[in-house]
Amino acid sequence: MNKQNGLNFPWLVKMAWRDSRRNRSRLFLFVSSIVLGIAAMVAIYSLGNNMSAEVDRQAASLLGADLQLGSGKQVSPAIQKMVDSLGDRRSEQRMFPSMIYFLKSNKTRLVQVRALGGEFPYYGVLETVPASAGKAFRNGQAALVDQTMMLQYDAKVGDSIKIGSVSFVIAGTLINAPGQTGLSASVAPPVYIPLQYLEQTGLSQKGSRIVTQFFFKFDKPVNMKKLIDDLEPRLDIEGLSYETVETQKQNTARSLEDLTNFLSLVSFIALLLGCVGVASAIHIYVREKIRSVAILRCLGAKGKQAFLIYLIQIVVVGFLGSLAGAALGTIIQQFLPVAFQDFLPIKVTTDFSWSAIGQGLLLGIVISFLFALAPLVSIRKISPLNTLRLSFQKFSLFKDPIKWLVYLSIIAFIWAFCYLQIKEVQESIAFSIVIIIAFLILVGSAALLMWAVRRFFPNRWSYLWRQGLANLYRPNNQTTILIVAIGLGTAIICTLFSIRAILLNRIELTAQGNRSNTILFDIRPQQKDSVIALAKQFGLPVEGTVPVVNMRLEKVNNITGEVLRKDSTIKMRRGIFDREYRVTFRDSLISSEKITKGKWSGKKDGPSGTVFISLDENFATNNSIKIGDTMLFNVQGSVVSTVVGSFRKIDWGRVQTNFLVLFPTGVLEEAPMFHVLVTRIESKDVSAQLQQQMVQRFPNVTIIDLSAVLNIVSNIIDKVGFIIRFMAAFSIFTGLIVLIASVMISKYQRIQESVLLRTLGASRKQIFNITALEYFFLGALAAATGMFLSLGISFLVAKFMFETEFVLKWVPLLIVFVSVCFLTVFIGLINSRAVVTRPPLEILREEV
Amino acid sequence: MATILKIDNLGKTYQSAGRELTVLENINFSVEAGSTMAIVGPSGSGKTTLLGLAAGLDRSTTGSVELNNIKLDQLNEDQRASIRNQHVGFIFQSFQLLPTLTALENIMVPLELRGEKHIKPKAVDLLNKVGLGNRGHHYPAQLSGGEQQRVSMARAFINKPQILFTDEPTGNLDAETSRGIIELIFNLNKEAGTTLIMVTHDLELANKTGRIIKLKGGRIVSDEATGTNN
Repeated sequence: MNKQNGLNFPWLVKMAWRDSRRNRSRLFLFVSSIVLGIAAMVAIYSLGNNMSAEVDRQAASLLGADLQLGSGKQVSPAIQKMVDSLGDRRSEQRMFPSMIYFLKSNKTRLVQVRALGGEFPYYGVLETVPASAGKAFRNGQAALVDQTMMLQYDAKVGDSIKIGSVSFVIAGTLINAPGQTGLSASVAPPVYIPLQYLEQTGLSQKGSRIVTQFFFKFDKPVNMKKLIDDLEPRLDIEGLSYETVETQKQNTARSLEDLTNFLSLVSFIALLLGCVGVASAIHIYVREKIRSVAILRCLGAKGKQAFLIYLIQIVVVGFLGSLAGAALGTIIQQFLPVAFQDFLPIKVTTDFSWSAIGQGLLLGIVISFLFALAPLVSIRKISPLNTLRLSFQKFSLFKDPIKWLVYLSIIAFIWAFCYLQIKEVQESIAFSIVIIIAFLILVGSAALLMWAVRRFFPNRWSYLWRQGLANLYRPNNQTTILIVAIGLGTAIICTLFSIRAILLNRIELTAQGNRSNTILFDIRPQQKDSVIALAKQFGLPVEGTVPVVNMRLEKVNNITGEVLRKDSTIKMRRGIFDREYRVTFRDSLISSEKITKGKWSGKKDGPSGTVFISLDENFATNNSIKIGDTMLFNVQGSVVSTVVGSFRKIDWGRVQTNFLVLFPTGVLEEAPMFHVLVTRIESKDVSAQLQQQMVQRFPNVTIIDLSAVLNIVSNIIDKVGFIIRFMAAFSIFTGLIVLIASVMISKYQRIQESVLLRTLGASRKQIFNITALEYFFLGALAAATGMFLSLGISFLVAKFMFETEFVLKWVPLLIVFVSVCFLTVFIGLINSRAVVTRPPLEILREEV
Repeated sequence: MATILKIDNLGKTYQSAGRELTVLENINFSVEAGSTMAIVGPSGSGKTTLLGLAAGLDRSTTGSVELNNIKLDQLNEDQRASIRNQHVGFIFQSFQLLPTLTALENIMVPLELRGEKHIKPKAVDLLNKVGLGNRGHHYPAQLSGGEQQRVSMARAFINKPQILFTDEPTGNLDAETSRGIIELIFNLNKEAGTTLIMVTHDLELANKTGRIIKLKGGRIVSDEATGTNN
């Protein structure tokens, strides 16, 4: 039967197999670029699937109860009545920040005190060492102290700590509590004490700075949704939040999904980089196959048949590469829970996830197919005339509409993938555009370099330098792919360094010069003078204290919290009515703020006059509040009606007493308040001594030392940075693999030339130098482009995301630059050593 | 005898560095089925271009090529590929074997492209005829130049072509090997009754064909019968 009119698929498969026989190692080299990307995706997907299953399984122990109610307000009799009517068993927890004093080491630390009454948790446990301490501490004057803090302060079980006026024996080390993550513990390490001692500590007078939580256990099954529906109106009125096992499950699942989606996007960059490597390698492969395709076409093969032979090869190898990636990803997944433990509120298993493996394989096949397609479609156009001569054959990238279709498909695929992770059209478009722009910048830099080298070629340089430089733009050069691969890797490393520097600098800036670096909170009115006196004893600069009044917002014009919840068209942040406002009053502005709109009078006009307040301009904009709008505040029981008189621009970066809402004098002077003192302490010793004395004499006063904040932020950045570095490592290693693959593939291209040079009398040293120079030029330009790209990204992040000053730390960048150049030259030379060190004839026989 | 190839007013022009470069101009001739013919001429005279156009490897700028009564200029590249597979055989100066296929596999490709079954015995038979019965599983890189050209000849004849185009078939071979190859080409050609069109520099070789067309500067300067009955 003559199948000439059909594609004869079995023959295509046979030809693909035959043709691959002499190229298999190279084909696998091509797809090795995507192995790490797929591995990262499979590992992250597996982690996501396991986390999702674990959240379902551990949902109850995440919350520790069937229902939790929480309030930042003082518990009113109405709330107490409602609480007493709910559930079969109840627990109460009061949380607030406070200073803790380690008696043995004489050191202080800001912690989150959790005064707990009842049997909570009803599901899961307070994980402690010794295990019995989780229950036993409730029976005496004992505490559970976070494990990291125990290590930092060299505390042991049996030592004592002082919270407020009461000393507690450390009954155990707290390893974990329901719903707690390592990260949250490092921001404010928790210390549990029995609720019955809270009163004695003297800290419960802090009023609304205390968050009260009630935990309920229902012994018989309850329709929780119906219960919440019934309770919700009352909860709204009383300003109580609620969590059920189901809502906790949803919230946790959503947070974890956000985490895995973010990590998938980071992995996707590695995969894309690998794909660019594949596309570049296949481009070279296709060039080498021109003659074979031309022969097949001469013998009667159709363009489509020739194209399919190579497409089958790439898809099969792509599948095998994805399979290797999936296997590696499954191994890596075993280590991810360890790497991410600080971020996860649950213990994650490392079960085999078939769906993750399936997703990885599908992604690998689709992506290797798409990216291979761009160079492969050229095969359709290879003329049989190439059997006679190659001179009239030209690849025209821009004339083939199918190629454009392929490029559009790639862009659509990138967007679709981002959309599946982010689920937001605009953000996924933005992310795709950023990725494409980054690639275009790198590709553009490579094109510019090749143009510039050719245009301004230094003819007076020595032969070796000229030869090394000329290799950058000669046919079959690797300039574009290497600049993309190395540049992207460099950009990722440099961006991580830069953003870390920007974040730390933002905090360091606040403590520079004569700026304040220590804040004392919760000073009661009667303590004010003594605290100032104590500060002055230490020789600290003190310009009085700032009064702070806690209040809640009831209405903006006619909009209440209830109206806002029901009407989604109102452009106001949902939390505006749910939060506590810490407000001050004064008649003048301070140096960190200035009026941008309206007028600030500073005084109330007589006893019945209008109260004109001033708002932070961003707060006003975000909540669509205009000058002249009315705002009704509830100042711990008393209602105060105000009118928005002005907006202020506030420099929140400075350690000063800045406030969203500023009242004039003559309104809040009689309201319950506490004071804040801001000062500057030059030495760490003085700071430690002040804190010790302050905690001993005024245990309710909370001290925030900027250097401690700096440590905490640095610690958080390190932890977050570790995750990002962990994921970025996939991109960086992929870049290295692309580099190695590109060098090895280009080796086949360069052999002819090097052998000819050797034949003409070039010494090994000369060939070595030419190769080293070529890779040095490539490494240097790629690293420089990546660095500038990262500086651009960091600048934008600093300016628009963190709204802070952009800082340039040259030393780490310089180290990265030198390392990248060295690595490129090293890999280039290692992989080209056969060309340099072995006899020309031996290589020719082997490589032909 | 029937005409198998008819070239009418054929011309080929290329764009080179923004200028038009005429490689062939006003070429006219016909070839009868079963005959042998050589195209000779100095380098750059357009011999290979003419061969490519006559075999349907390229399209002419002017004029027409009719192969076995089929006008090649009216066909697209895939249709011309089908014609080549059905009617044409090729032997090239640089052998043009697929480097990733063994000698036997190289020979089978034209019939495999047709989707024919049980072709291995035919390929083995041809391999024996060219004297390489024991080298079927060797790759081109493992064969000498002469052996590669023999494989190429076996491949050219496997689809029983009506017309065989050869481009300097001995150009890459030594004199002794060349003699053997030429003898084999003419023997196989005679046995199969194929029309042979040979591009060559070698006048001695050209004289073994029945007719010689001389090209110069892209034009036919002479078209003479040699009196040889090969």
